[in-house]
Amino acid sequence: MTRYHRPATLTEALSIRASEDVAILAGATDIYPASANRRAWGDPTHKDVLDITAIPGLRDITETPHGFRLGCLVTWSQVARADLPKQFDGLRQAARHVGGVQVQNRGTILGNLVTASPAGDGIPNLLALDTSVEVAGPNGTRMMPVADFLTGYRATALARDEIALALHIAKMPRAVSGFRKLGARHYLVISIAMVAGVVDIDENGRILMARLSIGACTATAQRLPALEGELRGTSLYHADKVPEARHLDHLAPIDDIRATAAYRRDAALRLLRDLLWELGE
Amino acid sequence: MIAFTLNGAPARTDAAPFAPLSDTLRESLGLTGTKVGCEAGDCGACTVLIDGVQACACLVPTAQVEGAEITTIEMQSGEAGALLARLRAAFMAHGAAQCGICTPGMIMAAADLLLRDAAPDAQAVRDAIGGVLCRCTGYQKIVEAILAAAQGFAAVEQEAPAGGAVGASIARLDGWPKVLGTERYGADAAPADALWLRVVRSPHASARFTLGELDAARTRLGLTAILTSADVPGLNAFGIMPALKDQPVLADGFVRYRGEAVLALVGDRAAVEAVRDADLPITWQPLPALIGVAAARADGAPLLHAHAPGNILVQGRLARGNPDAAHATAAATAEGAFTTSFVEHAYIEPEAGHAIPREDGMDIIACTQAPYMDREEVARVLGTPEDSVRIIPSACGGGFGGKLDVSVQPLLAIAARRVNRPVRVTYSRTESMASSTKRHPAQMQARMSADAEGNFLAYTLEGDFNTGAYASWGPTVANRVPVHAAGPYRVPHVRAHARAVHTNEPPSGAFRGFGVPQAAIATESLVDDLALQLGMDRWDIRRRNALTRGDATHSGQVLHASAGLPECLDALKPDWDAMLAKVAAHNADNPRHRLGAGIACMWYGCGNTSMSNPSRIRATLARDGRLTLWNGAVDIGQGSTTVIAQIFADALGLPVAALTIVTGDTALTHDAGKTSASRQTFVSGRAAMQAGQALRAQILKLANAGDDARISLAGTTLTITDSAGAARGIDLATLPADLDAEGRYDPPTTALDADGQGIPYATYGFAAQIALVRVDTQLGTVKVEEIVAAQDVGRAINPDLVLGQIHGGIAQGLGLALMEEYIPGRTENLHDYLIPTAGDVPPIRIHLVEDPEPEGPYGAKGVGEPALVPTAPAILGAIRHATGVRVTRVPVLPHRLWEAMR
Repeated sequence: MTRYHRPATLTEALSIRASEDVAILAGATDIYPASANRRAWGDPTHKDVLDITAIPGLRDITETPHGFRLGCLVTWSQVARADLPKQFDGLRQAARHVGGVQVQNRGTILGNLVTASPAGDGIPNLLALDTSVEVAGPNGTRMMPVADFLTGYRATALARDEIALALHIAKMPRAVSGFRKLGARHYLVISIAMVAGVVDIDENGRILMARLSIGACTATAQRLPALEGELRGTSLYHADKVPEARHLDHLAPIDDIRATAAYRRDAALRLLRDLLWELGE
Repeated sequence: MIAFTLNGAPARTDAAPFAPLSDTLRESLGLTGTKVGCEAGDCGACTVLIDGVQACACLVPTAQVEGAEITTIEMQSGEAGALLARLRAAFMAHGAAQCGICTPGMIMAAADLLLRDAAPDAQAVRDAIGGVLCRCTGYQKIVEAILAAAQGFAAVEQEAPAGGAVGASIARLDGWPKVLGTERYGADAAPADALWLRVVRSPHASARFTLGELDAARTRLGLTAILTSADVPGLNAFGIMPALKDQPVLADGFVRYRGEAVLALVGDRAAVEAVRDADLPITWQPLPALIGVAAARADGAPLLHAHAPGNILVQGRLARGNPDAAHATAAATAEGAFTTSFVEHAYIEPEAGHAIPREDGMDIIACTQAPYMDREEVARVLGTPEDSVRIIPSACGGGFGGKLDVSVQPLLAIAARRVNRPVRVTYSRTESMASSTKRHPAQMQARMSADAEGNFLAYTLEGDFNTGAYASWGPTVANRVPVHAAGPYRVPHVRAHARAVHTNEPPSGAFRGFGVPQAAIATESLVDDLALQLGMDRWDIRRRNALTRGDATHSGQVLHASAGLPECLDALKPDWDAMLAKVAAHNADNPRHRLGAGIACMWYGCGNTSMSNPSRIRATLARDGRLTLWNGAVDIGQGSTTVIAQIFADALGLPVAALTIVTGDTALTHDAGKTSASRQTFVSGRAAMQAGQALRAQILKLANAGDDARISLAGTTLTITDSAGAARGIDLATLPADLDAEGRYDPPTTALDADGQGIPYATYGFAAQIALVRVDTQLGTVKVEEIVAAQDVGRAINPDLVLGQIHGGIAQGLGLALMEEYIPGRTENLHDYLIPTAGDVPPIRIHLVEDPEPEGPYGAKGVGEPALVPTAPAILGAIRHATGVRVTRVPVLPHRLWEAMR
C-alpha cells in the first residue's frame, strides 16, 4: 500500500524527503499516467508519495526588483493568465498548448521541469529564459541553472533529500519571446519538435542577446550557443535568415513513433526560422 | 477522512488519499456520472470542476480535494446547476450526445468556460473542450450546443405528431440519461457483493508458458480464485465465424499476441488490484513473432493455426471480364502500392460489465453491439444451453465494430460460475487497446485503366489484410473488400483478391467499413491518377463513371433503385468548383502554405455479405393501454432506438410519445441482429415497420376500419376514426388478450459464386466527399480546412441523427488519414495513439440525397459506415493537389509527408 504524506510545512516535507524514498507530487499530471501504464502491464505498486500541495506559499508568482520567482506549485493556467512581461510570451504560449485545459489547470511548470521528459513543453522556455532553480535541502537552499539541473533523459540533479522550490528568472524589460510547437494534432498533443526563444534588443531592434532552445528532438532540450552568438548584433528583423543547418549539428535528434531524426533536424530549423521571423514582425 | 463540498453539499470520504478523485467519486461516493476513459488525462471523460475550474478527476489525488468545492455532472442546484441544465438541454436539442460517454466531461468542460465567459466564440469553445475526446460526433454539434447554451435554454423536441415521425429531427429518445449523468454504462453498476476480476495478459507477441503452484499463489495473494484455461467449463474458444471458434478465453500454454488473456484473478478489489504479475507463477518462453504480413507469408514461417496453411485464413475473390487484356490496351493505366496501419476503435468507454450467476443460468450485463451473439459465445464457453444465458446490454460508450466480438463476457461468466457470486470487471485503457480488435492493416497493389474518354475499363487488386492472431471478422473483410474494391463505378473488367493473413499481432476485426475504407484509399488514388493522365477534372471522371440505377455492379447485380451517386456528385459540383477556385487563388502567391482540394466516392452494401441477417421486432398493445416496442437492436450511440421508434410509430399511426421501449435484452426482446454493417435502420427498421403495420392491421380489424383510418390512444381507450370522420372507441381492457404483433425482415441476397458474382447485398449506400486541406510544405503538416459531403441515405428518418453519423464518420476518416496508427507496445494509450480532437475536425457541410430504397423502411438505408469511407481518400487527394505528392501510406504523419516531398 502506497503511503501518502501531505505535510503542512516545508520543514516537515524536507524531513520526510530526507528519511524516505518518496515521489514528490504536485500537480500529479505525470504521476498518474505513468502509474496507469505500469499497472496495465502488471505492476500496480507505487512509491510512497510526498504531496507538497498543502505547504503554504508555494503557489505565487512574485516580482522582485531584479526578476520573477515562480513557486513550485505555479500552474500552466496561472502563467497563461498572469500579467507578465513579454519575455514570458513563449512560456505563456506553451502554457496554452500543453495537454488540455484540465492539465493546464493542475500541472505545474516546475513539475514539468522535474519530470525532465524530452517533450516537456516548459523546458525549452525555461532554458531560453535562463532560469535558475531554487532547491531546498537539509542544509538550506541552493540555486542552479536549468541547464545544469537537467542531467539527461528524465534525469535531474535534484538530490534524494531535496525539493525544488521555485524558478527564478531575471528581468529583461525589452526582451521579446516566443514558442513554436509541432505535433500531429491540434490539442492534447505531445511535441514532435519545439523551439523557444528569448531575444533582448536595443531600441533600434538590434539583438543584444538571444537565447534559443530546441525541445523534443534530443534526450534533453538544448540551447543553441553558436546560433545565439551569431545573432548577437544583427537586426531582429532579419534574424530569421541567420539559422542554418550547421547550427544544429551538435544535436543528435531522436527517432521514435512520432517522427524520424532527419525530420526533426529539418523541422527544428524551420521552426527556429519561423520563430525568429515572428519575433521580428 | 477527507472532507470537501460535493455538488453544494458537505461530503466526506475514507478513500485512500492517493486514490484518484474519479475513483473516489464513482466507487466510494456512488457518483458514476463522472466517466473514466483512460486514467491518464488523455481523454477528459472524467472532467469535473474543482473550485470552479475544470480538471481531470483521474489526475487528482483525493487528498488534494480536502476543503475544495467539487462540481460534477450530477449537480442540480445553484448557478452551476442552472448552467448545467442549459447545457444538458442544448446537448439534447443539438444532437451533441451520441453514445454519451464523453458527454458528462464535455458538459463540465463547457461549464468551466461559460462560468468565466458568458458569450464565447466557437474558437473559445474548442479551446475549452480541447481536452475532452469524443469519438462519435466529430465535435461540430457539441460546439453548436455549447454556443446555444450560452444564449439560453434550447427547446428539446422529442415528440412528433402521429404519422409525422419519419423525417422529423426529434431529439434522441435515450438522450436524457446521457446528459444527466445517470446513464449506466458497463462500469457504472454492479451488485455490492460483486467480486472483482483482473485479467493477466501476455506481454509477449508469441510465447509458450507454464504455470506453477496457483493454489499457493491464490492463498498468498488473498484471492478468491485464479482461473486458467482449465477452469473453462465448456469450450475454451470463441470467435465470430460459426465454424471457426479459434480464440481461447484463457490461453492454454501458448499465446499468439501481446495482450492475450492468460489468467483471471478474482477476489475483493484491494486484493485483485494489489497483485503484481511478477508474483504469479508464470514462466514465459518467448518465441519469434510474426510481425507484418510479409513475415507471416514468408516461406517456412511458423503457422499460427493448423487450419490456416501459409497463415492465410481466407481469401476473397471477385472476377469479371478480362481485366488483363483491358489493362494492356487501355489509353490510360495507373497503378500503385498502398499501405494502411492498425487502427484502434478508441471508443471512450473501455470494455466493462458484470455477471450474476443464477441457479439455472447466468446474466451478463456489459457493453456490447451484439447481445445474441454474446449469448451464443457465453453459452458455449459455459457449456450450457443458450437460453440459460441472459445478456442485458448496458449502455454502450461507443463501439464502431470493436464491441461486436465478446471481450469481458466469457471471462465474467466463467468467473461468476466458479465463485458462484457476482463478478465485475473494467478494462483499463491500455488493456482495452492491447486486447481488443483493430482495423485490418492493408497492403494493396492495385491497377486501374480507362479509355481515352475517361471511361473506366479495368481494375485489379491484390490485397493482404493483416488479420492478426485470431480470425474475428477477418473473413468478412476478405469477402467484403473484393465486392467493393473497384469503387462505385461502372468497370467492365475486374479482378480483386483479398487475403486475410494471420500474424502475431492483435486480432483485426470489424471496424466501421470492414476493409472498404482501406480499399478506397487505393482505388480513389488511381482514379485521380487516371484523371491526371487524361487531363480530366477529378469530379468529371467520377461523374462519368458513377454507378446509377440500371447499372450492373462488379458482382453482376443490377441496381434497380436507390443508387444516388450521380445526385451526390451533382450536389457537390458547385462546392467543388468553388474549392478549386479558392485553391488556385491562394496558391498563386503562397509557395509554402499550399491549399489542395480532393474528392472521393464510395459505396457500401448494407447488411451481411450474402448471408442471412434477419431482425425480429415485436410490439404489444396491452389491455392496460401500455404500448410497448420490444426492440432487440442495441443503440451504441448511432440512434437506432430513436429511428426504429420513429419508423414503428408511423407504421402504426400513433405518436412516438405513446411508446414504451424495451431494448436489447435477450430475455425480453427478439434477436434484431448485430449493430453492424449499417443494418439497424435498414433491416431492424424494416422489421419495426412491419411490426407497426401488423399491429395496426389488428387494431383496424377490431374496428372493422379501412387502411386510411386514424388511430389514437388515451388510457385504455383506442379511438379509430375513418376517413369520413366517424369515430369508434375500443376499450382495450375488455379484450380477451393483449394485442401482440411482430415484424421480421431478412434482406434478400444470394450466395456469391466462385467469381464473386451474385447479389451480396439488398441495397447500397452511396456518398461522395470533397476536402480542402492546407499543407505546410516545409513541415509536412496538414490541416483539413473544410469537408463537404453528399450522401444518399435513401430516406433520412431522423435528419439530425443522420448528420451526426456523417460528422462522426468523417472525423474517424480524418484520423485514419492523418494520425491514427496502433503499434503494439508503443501506442497503447490515448496520448501516443492520437485521435482527432475538437481542433482537428474542420467545418463539415452535408447534402443529404434521398433516393428511396424500396426494400427499406420508408425508403431508408444504412448510413453509419459509409460516411467514413470517402474521407481519407478525399484528404489524400487534396494533399496531392496541394503538394504534387501521391501519398501511398496512411497515416500521413508530418515526417512521412515531409519525406515524400523531398
